[in-house]
Amino acid sequence: MPSEARNLRRIRCLNMSSEGNVTMKTVTYLEAMREAMDEELARDETVFLLGEDIGPQGGVFGSTRGLLEKYGPRRVRQTPISECAIIGAACGASLVGTRPVAEIMYFDFVAIGMDQIFSQVGKLRYMSNGQMTLPLVIRTQCGGGRGKGPQHSSSTEAWFVHSPGIKVAMPSTPGDVKGLLKTAIRDDAPVLFIENSFLYNTKGEVSEEECLIPFGQADVKREGTDVTIVATSAMVQLALVAAESLKELDISAEVIDPRTLVPLDMDTILRSVAKTNRAVIVHEAFTRCGVGAEIAARLMEEAYDDLDAPVARVGGLEVPMPFAQSLEEQVMPSVTKIVKQARAVCYR
Amino acid sequence: MKTPMKFEMLQTMLIVRAFENRVKKLYMEGVIRGTVHLSTGMEGVSVGACMALRPDDYITSTHRGHGHCIAKGVALKPMLAEVLGRATGLCGGRGGTMHLFDVPRGVMGTIGVVGGGIPVATGIGVGIQQLGQSRVVLCFMGDGATNQGAFHEALNLGSTWKLPVLYLIENNLVGDTTPLKEVVNIEDLADRAGAYGIPGVVVDGNDVLAVHRAVEEAASRARGGEGPTLLECKTYRWEGHHLGDPCVYRTREEVDEWRRRCPIKRFAQALIDDQSLTSEALGALEKEAEARLDEAEEYALGSPEPSPDTVLEYV
Repeated sequence: MPSEARNLRRIRCLNMSSEGNVTMKTVTYLEAMREAMDEELARDETVFLLGEDIGPQGGVFGSTRGLLEKYGPRRVRQTPISECAIIGAACGASLVGTRPVAEIMYFDFVAIGMDQIFSQVGKLRYMSNGQMTLPLVIRTQCGGGRGKGPQHSSSTEAWFVHSPGIKVAMPSTPGDVKGLLKTAIRDDAPVLFIENSFLYNTKGEVSEEECLIPFGQADVKREGTDVTIVATSAMVQLALVAAESLKELDISAEVIDPRTLVPLDMDTILRSVAKTNRAVIVHEAFTRCGVGAEIAARLMEEAYDDLDAPVARVGGLEVPMPFAQSLEEQVMPSVTKIVKQARAVCYR
Repeated sequence: MKTPMKFEMLQTMLIVRAFENRVKKLYMEGVIRGTVHLSTGMEGVSVGACMALRPDDYITSTHRGHGHCIAKGVALKPMLAEVLGRATGLCGGRGGTMHLFDVPRGVMGTIGVVGGGIPVATGIGVGIQQLGQSRVVLCFMGDGATNQGAFHEALNLGSTWKLPVLYLIENNLVGDTTPLKEVVNIEDLADRAGAYGIPGVVVDGNDVLAVHRAVEEAASRARGGEGPTLLECKTYRWEGHHLGDPCVYRTREEVDEWRRRCPIKRFAQALIDDQSLTSEALGALEKEAEARLDEAEEYALGSPEPSPDTVLEYV
């Protein structure tokens, strides 16, 4: 991680915790998530977890390991394979004074509970004229690159960004996943929290002290002056590698991670583009109607005079994620594709 | 059951009937937008069930939910105002007839998606259990909802976790415009309870006292930590699926036959027969119900539409 970004994170945590020096420690993305849930379970007894295999096994990826032993089966509720019931259960329980954190094993499986998210979770507060609050989190994980094929690799965050009443978070680092998950659990609005199992074993710094990251605050992961690369989830890593390659071509790339897509911090992106005059948007989801299409449209509407080149997008090809490595690599965004688009918008 | 309670039940049934008739009139006059689904003829279920609950118990309901709300104690004026889309409505005009919410009275929503409320109610049961409360949640659903996947997922979870949920099917024999017997291979939907290891009870839905007894028993079981019950109340809707439904799926004779089994007439007659009610007293109750609807109509019609600049609130 570039030192500027690290310092920035320290300053933010200092601002929030208000006392003394913040010491940092290095943990994996997975450990950071587990710490966030552990701390929130300890802090607030109305918080509880539910999901498939989250008990003795600690989740198929290990994100809840040890929590059943620590908090017992009432607060770490292992469910049947019933995504509709899991999301409905979280929805209903959130209405009557508890804070459920539901786990859906793969993003693809969220589709089984789609009515519960789209028509219940997303609409109950509005339909009831604010009588209801839904402090719930639906955790899931997205993405390809792992050879899991067409039904276990999707990135469909745009569905939910396109739906009312749901906040959407998509963190890319251990520090962000911890700070954002804690914020999500305390938020009175429903949150779809999209992790990426490709990142689970990546390491990064988290604060030893409590550090909450507000929603709607993008993070500049690398500063630059020639082109703005907006990237989400695992694509942030690729964008940072691409930025290194671009440096060799004497192109200084700024990498921005929005971190939450609803709410979306356009101000940080606009400020960056006002400086660089060029933008490339990278996400693993389909290019067609992906979140990049929204950001590009906003840039056209709000930064038309700043742009020196059309906004470029790098996204997944519009096919189900294929299994074979050669095909999967063809579908996924890559460092090469990002570099190519960044050069194109710089006319280099 | 004591006589005052029976009187209250009869009075509530009459109010539900008067409400539905008033909504029909206003719809025909073009005052109500969209579509409405009336529960006329099904008052035995809504009133019998809700009046067996405590004030702090919860219900979830369906697109045909006016009766459930009234029986759970929702005030008529804001309720009719909501059906008319007015600012003074229960939900400030955001919900309308299919999406009524009154949290202080435990009405956690008439859910417009068939079967969509079953997982939500199950979740309310999880919340109650989590907080260690002695409340229950009663989940109304139509016969059609039992063919949704959500029904199976929710009942399996509810029974496995022994949640304080009462799953109550209002079997009015038709789902939308398709007769139930064409889309299920069993006679009694309550038989499905066996798949979840919970009691399944068939109830005459036009017998308000039978519904009341069955719900009381299921609620007591749920409060005791023994888990859900599946209640199937057989009844009939006098109106079509929605107002304007040509009802091609049934005969006039069938409707007439069920009208003869009117749950209100039947209950009133039983009270007259055991001399706790006179025809005059019944007439007075009917008049009173109409008068209360007159007041509600006047209130709703006199209320403004919501201000357009509030449209983004509470999203």
